[in-house]
Amino acid sequence: MKTFRDKGSQSISFFAPILTSLGRTTIRWVNELGAMVLFLFRAFLLIFHPKQFPIIIQQVYFIGAKSALIVIFVGLFTGMVLGLQLFHTLVKFGSAGVLGTAVALSLIRELGPVLTAIMITGRAGSSMAAEIGIQRISEQIDALHTMRVDPLRYLVSPRIAASIISFPLLTAFFDLIGILGGFVTGVILMGLNAGTYFHHVRAGVEMEDITGGFAKAVVFAVLVSMICCFQGYYTHLRRDSYGAKAVGLSTTSAVVISCVVILIADYVVTSLLL
Amino acid sequence: MKTPLIEFQKVSKRFNNHVGLDRVDLTIDEGEISTIIGKSGSGKSVLLKHIIGLLTPDEGTILFRGRPIQKMGKSERDGYFSRISYMFQNNALFDSITVFENIALPLRQTTHLSQKAIEERVRARMEQMELTDVAQKYPSELSGGMQKRVALSRALVTDPKMVLFDEPTTGQDVIRRNAILSMIAQYQRQFGFTAVLISHDVPDVFFISNRILALNQGKIIFQGTPEQFEEFEHPLIDEFVQSLEDFQEHLTGIQTKRQFRARNQMGLRRKRPQEGYVVALFTLQDFDQLCEHMGHTLGQEVINAMGTYINKHFGAVGGFSARQSKNQFTTFLPFSNLNEVERILKKFAMDLQEEGLRTIQAEADIPHDLCFPFAILSGFAESKTGEEEIDLVFKKAEASQKEIARVYCEIRR
Repeated sequence: MKTFRDKGSQSISFFAPILTSLGRTTIRWVNELGAMVLFLFRAFLLIFHPKQFPIIIQQVYFIGAKSALIVIFVGLFTGMVLGLQLFHTLVKFGSAGVLGTAVALSLIRELGPVLTAIMITGRAGSSMAAEIGIQRISEQIDALHTMRVDPLRYLVSPRIAASIISFPLLTAFFDLIGILGGFVTGVILMGLNAGTYFHHVRAGVEMEDITGGFAKAVVFAVLVSMICCFQGYYTHLRRDSYGAKAVGLSTTSAVVISCVVILIADYVVTSLLL
Repeated sequence: MKTPLIEFQKVSKRFNNHVGLDRVDLTIDEGEISTIIGKSGSGKSVLLKHIIGLLTPDEGTILFRGRPIQKMGKSERDGYFSRISYMFQNNALFDSITVFENIALPLRQTTHLSQKAIEERVRARMEQMELTDVAQKYPSELSGGMQKRVALSRALVTDPKMVLFDEPTTGQDVIRRNAILSMIAQYQRQFGFTAVLISHDVPDVFFISNRILALNQGKIIFQGTPEQFEEFEHPLIDEFVQSLEDFQEHLTGIQTKRQFRARNQMGLRRKRPQEGYVVALFTLQDFDQLCEHMGHTLGQEVINAMGTYINKHFGAVGGFSARQSKNQFTTFLPFSNLNEVERILKKFAMDLQEEGLRTIQAEADIPHDLCFPFAILSGFAESKTGEEEIDLVFKKAEASQKEIARVYCEIRR
């Protein structure tokens, strides 16, 4: 009996630290998730403040217009690779004619929203996290408080609003350029008929494919902007580092978490749409 | 009794196991400059952040004109915070927008003024602060002193009733430190706001302060006038102030009032009872106007050069000098009688007029095209050991002051 109790207490003392650590991590994650939801909710409401319009326009220029070039570049080559791969696959089944449909649907439903979101995360999301993080550690956010300017309203809300506007527009841009990329490889390089390609694009794509793609873009916009702003805004609360290093780590976390969340959300939204 | 602008009643704040503020009672009166001094980590910034609302107390009450802030409604609280500005230690300027936009930001974001009205107000403030030339520059392109002026302009653009300065002179040399303090005093008089400063510039900050608050480990250990502080005996204050004053003397060569008093007392103790001594007082007249005309940095260079000149001259006859106020120096002459001092001063006045003023201006590095007519006054008084308080002798010397030298701009040209 004594031996049994000893073994029992030994196994408890072995598992206790693991369970404690697991419990602490879970509580921290749940807390952070709750804080993020509240952060998003408050920031979202503040979008409609009367002084927001000029700041939102500035952010649309930064997040949207300045990301256009990279989206064109990535969209073109994604479409070209897709055209090339699908052409060779479809030829095996004697269905090369439906290349236009295959390229367009792949881009509009999946690749367009996902790759655009990942591209903007890398370019603008990282910048959001770093900029807000530096403003936090250099007391610029405290300065806003002392001037009675709500930092969430001034720094976060315009970025969320600008993302909601920019992501779908850039996704549409990506889709269009990607379809042209598929045209370049499928028609110009592989010799498929141009009329056939565009006919199948038009015939294969339905309105719900486009709205589904845009819905994903809006969901990604909200998630990416919230995660990046949140990571920057709470840089000073990081436990693993301080100062400039904390800003660096917050930026990395913002990009990594955003990319993972984009893929998870993509699956969830797709399963809801289908 | 006048209601204080801000009053702390038993305010406490803890951060985990660290005590930020410990049952602090204090008052800040309207229209005055109050200075908070204390060692690093004694709770000075924590105190300031409670006034601006960046921190809230764990216990106790903060009153604004007798009304507890915690019990104010949203609009009343907004009204309270709108009357306060805060100047951060590191300025906290927005580095991605221009100087103009930095100053305009609080007006753009918190008022309903038209674009034209905002521009006019910002331009007016920039002119007062001599920042017009750098309006379109970014903060990182400016010198430290200029960044301070931008931060001060931003703090003052909303016409606040109270401005809180968190170590406004940190990282500046002696001359610039005094120039910033002088600038704060000038704008405080000009705009009439209540100022609360955190400063380590003992004793220079006393020249502009109406009230001193000393903090140690989150507790107020002294609050009163600078004169009362000079008399206040406390081991922690002595240790803290001594370290700062030693540093100051090392940099300027001029003794502080506290050191002057100690040396003075030692000198008097060595003398026999009823043995005579003389105190001379020198004043740079129209110092504020000189600072406005030449800028605060050059103004401080002039006063510094004047102190060095006086010290050098009277050191030869066993005298020692101290800065008495922002534009006054006192010299203690323990080995001279009234007749000797009269003769020495006459010679000093002649030297000062003939070459001393030129030396002072040259040492202050005043450009040739910049001239401001200023005068130096002097007065002296004799007393005997044990007869009267030294402060009374200073007052007698002050009452007897007359002009001994003057800068004439026409002659310089």
